[in-house]
Amino acid sequence: MAAMFSQNPLMNGPNYSFNQAPTTASGNKQHGFYPYTDNGGSTLAISGNDFTIIAGDTRSTSGYNINTRYAPKVFKIGGTTDSQDDATLVLSVVGFAADGHALKERLDAIVKMYRYQHGKPMSVKACAQRLSTILYGKRFFPYYVTAILGGLDEDGKGAVYSYDPVGSYEREQCRAAGAAASLIMPFLDNQVNFKNQYMPGIGEGHALAEREKIPLPRNEVEDLVKDAFDSAVERHIEVGDGLLMMIITKDGIEEIFKPLKKD
Amino acid sequence: MDTLVARYSQPMFEKEYSEEDQLELCQPTPSLSLKFAMPPIAQPSAWLRAATDDHANPNCPIKIAHGTTTLAFRFQGGIIVATDSRATAGNWIASQTVKKVIEINNCLLGTMAGGAADCQYWLAYLGMQCRLHELRHKRRISVAAASKILANLVYSYKGMGLSMGTMCAGVTPQEGPALYYIDSDGTRLSGNLFCVGSGQTFAYGVLDAEYRYDLTEKEALELGSRSILAATHRDAYSGGFINLYHVKEDGWVKHGFSDTNPIFWKTKLEKGEFSNVTSELV
Repeated sequence: MAAMFSQNPLMNGPNYSFNQAPTTASGNKQHGFYPYTDNGGSTLAISGNDFTIIAGDTRSTSGYNINTRYAPKVFKIGGTTDSQDDATLVLSVVGFAADGHALKERLDAIVKMYRYQHGKPMSVKACAQRLSTILYGKRFFPYYVTAILGGLDEDGKGAVYSYDPVGSYEREQCRAAGAAASLIMPFLDNQVNFKNQYMPGIGEGHALAEREKIPLPRNEVEDLVKDAFDSAVERHIEVGDGLLMMIITKDGIEEIFKPLKKD
Repeated sequence: MDTLVARYSQPMFEKEYSEEDQLELCQPTPSLSLKFAMPPIAQPSAWLRAATDDHANPNCPIKIAHGTTTLAFRFQGGIIVATDSRATAGNWIASQTVKKVIEINNCLLGTMAGGAADCQYWLAYLGMQCRLHELRHKRRISVAAASKILANLVYSYKGMGLSMGTMCAGVTPQEGPALYYIDSDGTRLSGNLFCVGSGQTFAYGVLDAEYRYDLTEKEALELGSRSILAATHRDAYSGGFINLYHVKEDGWVKHGFSDTNPIFWKTKLEKGEFSNVTSELV
C-alpha cells in the first residue's frame, strides 16, 4: 500500500495509479492516466558454447520503497508441469512487474499450446519471433518491460535474444537490462566481447591488434554474473537482496540463488 | 438432453480467458488481422507520445531505440545499400550491433531508420505479403508494388505514432534495379539515391560529391562504405559497424559487417583523409 503513495522520481512527480492530487474548486477535475510504475532491478544474460545463463536480482521497489526482497524476474517458459521442470526456455523481464508478469503468463501459455499442437517443444528462434509479435501487439499501449529470452539453439549453442519494450529484437552474446544496465553492460562488453582489449607486445597506437574472441567456459561466466551484480548493488539503490540465476544446458535448467547485500 | 448437459457442464473458470485470448492460443500462427491493444483513454496517440517519445518528453518512462544512418543508391551495376549499426535510447547506446538492413526476401532489401520495432515488424509483415503475392500471382512482386503495400499500410496508421524511414531496394525483370523511399508520414518516392536518418546530411555530403551512375562495382561499394563512415564520424547517434549490401539481378549479396574503428584509421592513415583528426595529443 505504501508503494501507491510514494514519489517515483522516474515519472516526474507523484506516482498514483490515478492522479489523486487535490484540484482547486474552480478548475476542471482532470484524471491523468499513469498505468506504469518502475519496479527497478536488473537482469543479465550471457550465452556460451553449450549453455546460457540468465540472471536477475530479486528486489522489487517503487520509488525509494522496497516492496519485497524476493520477487523473481527470471522465469522458466513452456514446461508441461506446474513446476516447469522440463522447460527449455527462460524469459527475464524487468521494468513494470505487473506487465512483466502478464507477458510471462501469455508467452508461457502460447509456448505450451505450441507443444500440444505440434508435439515438440518450441525452438528459441521461433519463440523469439513470437515474443516480438506479442510485444508489438501492444505497440500503442506498450508493456513497460525490457525482456530477454534465453535457451539453446538448434545446434545446441547458447542463445540470448534481447528486446525493447515494443518488440525490436536481436540475438546477442550478452545483454544487461533494467536499472543497472548502464553499470553492467560496459563491464560485459569488456569481459565477454573483449572490447578495448588488445594483444600484449604487438605494438602501440595504430598497430594494436584486438584480443581474439573466444566463448567463455561456464564457471567463468557464472563468476562474471556474480561480480556484475555485486558491483551493481554497490552503486544502484534499486538493485540488491538476492540474485536468481538460471543456467540452461542440454540437461535442463539449473537454478542458483545467491544472497546479495540487503541495504 | 445434450443441450442440458452442455449448459451445466461448463468449466468453472470458463471466462478466465476472453474469446480473443482463446483464439490466439488455438491459432498455430498469429492472426493476420492486425489488432493492436489500445490504452483505455480518449487520446491514445497523445498519451503514447508522453510515454514513449523522448524528444517530446525527455523523462518518458519507455525509451524506444532510435537513431541511424542508412543509405542506398542505384548505379549501373545494381543498387548499393549501406547502414551503420548503432541503436540509441536517449543518450544511452542500446546496441552497437543492430542489423539495419532487413532481408525481405532473396532479392528485396529494406532498411531501418526510426523506431527499430516499427521497421522490424512492418518489414517482416511486408515480406509475408510479398510471399503471398508470389503464391497468388505466380511471379515475383515488383519493387513498386511492394513499396506501395508498405506506404499504404503506414499511411493507414498516420498520426498514431509510428516512426520509420525506410528504403526498399530490389531488382526485378520488369523494372530493373528499383529504389523507393517510404516514411511513416506516408511519403513514397522513387529515386537514384537516398540517405535516411540522423546522419543523413553527413552521408549525403560524401555521396553527392562522388556519385556517378557509371560507378564500377568496387567504386560503388567503397563509396557506400565511405559515406557511412563520414556519418558515424560526425553524428553521435550513428556508429558501430558498417553493414554493406549489393543488390543485383539474381538477388542481393552481403559485403560484410565491419567495425568502423579500424576502417577509420585505415582511411586516415593510408589515404590521408580525416586530417582534422590527429593521432598525437596537441
